[in-house]
Amino acid sequence: MRVKNFATPLLVVIGIAITFALSYYGLVNAYYLQIAQYVGIYTIMVLGINLVNGYLGIFSLGHAGIMAVGAYTSGLLSKYVLTDPALFPLCILLGATAALISGFVISIPSFKVRGDYLAIITLGFTLILKSLLQNMEFVGGARGLRNIPGNTNIMWVFIWLVIAIAAVRLFINSKYGRSTMAIREDEIAAELVSVNIKKTKIVVFGFSAFLIGVSGGLLSHLLSYTNPNTFGYAMIAEGLIMVYLGGMASISGSFLGAALWTLLVEILRPLGVWRWIVGAVLLIIIMIFRPSGLLGGRELNIGAFLRQITRRDSAKAALEVANGGK
Amino acid sequence: MGVLLQQAVNLLQLGSIYALLAIGFSMVYGIVGLVNFAHGDIFMVATYLLFFLATWLFSMTSSSFAVLLASTALAAAAIGLLAMIIERVAYKPLRGAPKVSLVVTSLAVGLLLQHLVLEFLGPNSQRVPRMVPDIKFTVGTVNFEFYQILIILFALFIMLLLNQFIRRTRTGVAMRAVSQDATAASLMGISKDFIISVAFVIGAAIATVGASLYGMAYPIFDPYIGQMINWWSFTAAVLGGIGNIRGAVLGGFLLAAVMVISPMVLPVSSYRDIVAFSVLILVLLVKPSGLLGKRSIQKV
Repeated sequence: MRVKNFATPLLVVIGIAITFALSYYGLVNAYYLQIAQYVGIYTIMVLGINLVNGYLGIFSLGHAGIMAVGAYTSGLLSKYVLTDPALFPLCILLGATAALISGFVISIPSFKVRGDYLAIITLGFTLILKSLLQNMEFVGGARGLRNIPGNTNIMWVFIWLVIAIAAVRLFINSKYGRSTMAIREDEIAAELVSVNIKKTKIVVFGFSAFLIGVSGGLLSHLLSYTNPNTFGYAMIAEGLIMVYLGGMASISGSFLGAALWTLLVEILRPLGVWRWIVGAVLLIIIMIFRPSGLLGGRELNIGAFLRQITRRDSAKAALEVANGGK
Repeated sequence: MGVLLQQAVNLLQLGSIYALLAIGFSMVYGIVGLVNFAHGDIFMVATYLLFFLATWLFSMTSSSFAVLLASTALAAAAIGLLAMIIERVAYKPLRGAPKVSLVVTSLAVGLLLQHLVLEFLGPNSQRVPRMVPDIKFTVGTVNFEFYQILIILFALFIMLLLNQFIRRTRTGVAMRAVSQDATAASLMGISKDFIISVAFVIGAAIATVGASLYGMAYPIFDPYIGQMINWWSFTAAVLGGIGNIRGAVLGGFLLAAVMVISPMVLPVSSYRDIVAFSVLILVLLVKPSGLLGKRSIQKV
């Protein structure tokens, strides 16, 4: 047991060391590194979406708008105010805090409005924000924000990813996590056993928005620019696809969904337009055979998987002994 | 005064088109409970089909009115069939699955249609051939065109036809029964699969008519046209109360009113989308199930 408690922090430290080496010494092809960073950033985003859409069970389309808040706030800060690269984590943190506030705002309609009606309110939030950004000249208007310092590297993506995964795990296993899932299963029943519905919704929306804001900030500092169109229909659709591909209400599913979709899009790149056709067909097939995503509601647990296999073997052996003994 | 009347005609024209598109959204939702995000892309495919049919028919006859009617009818039949095939292949295996997986599947179907068109027909904008004689009317100070009248009347005709179909025919009664209570309806001997297919076919056919009318007013189109149409018709359907066909019509006209009036009042026309969605959010905050939607009772 002691070894196990020790193993996770050790792995994290080793991971940080490896990613530090990767980002400062150029050991790996930059293209692969770029894809790895995309996977990490999208995993953080999908974790955030999963908190609301998966664990809380509310169909929200607000993630593109929230991501825009994170990307623009942190981008503006690191371009004009906190220009020192050492202050990069602070920029991301402040961008995510701005996103957190927008998450609080989105959570207010969810007290009263339900289902598809709430989905369209969150969609409205995204589209209003996109329109505002297109019309505000000081953030670059429709041309977008250019020359953001490209501070994102694989080490920072890794660190934020570890923080995000740890935070979501802690949250899900806490009192709030249990309240969240109780609301998903049955809101009225949850209220009857004195779950504070409003407070829980505010906290979950805020936390989700914070993570999505972090991913937005990292993305804008990876690409060195950001524009309103990045956070439009395509981002809404891709975010949903990654969540439901990997599996609802699952941390490992979030990673799997982000990694599979990003890799799929990259591997199929030589096919040109056909990659979207192949990707869409694959998605339809996966949805037909696994309607709640690849890891819906479960976690990928190698230890438990091995135990299950050995148990099956021992059960089989016991059965053979019993048959042989007859 | 003249300006107001002029804008009223514009409002009716735009509202008719939005209403036709929102009907398809609402009808499928009422029967299956699916938010069909492929609806806009079906509209886009219909526009392309209409374009090719009209071009082909013009090579045989010069009567533009015959071309309009024939191409719309042929395209509506073909797109109805396409919608039925999509339903059978992609949505039917998901009966009983969580609703969100249906939504994701419909997103994927939309993506698929859009990129198939992109691959085979290219990303360039096209122009629908003119099928309506170019006649302008002037009443007092108001100028309006023949196609505007045609759009409004044609849409009205389709809506009345649909209303009669749903109220009077056996299939229409069966559709209402399924949307009220699918289990009870199937116990009364109604084939749920058949009714779902009918809803998809009618929704797609009406979207095709909408595409035909849209092409008269806004002849330029490209493979990305579906996305915008998708969100606007979804908005109209939700505004009126999704699942309710009359609500969809009301939502369509209301959305058109916001789109037409806000540039008149506001200094910058690019704030139109912001106003449209703000109105939508306000309406939903006051009436959480849309204007004509039934308030659902939550049972434990």
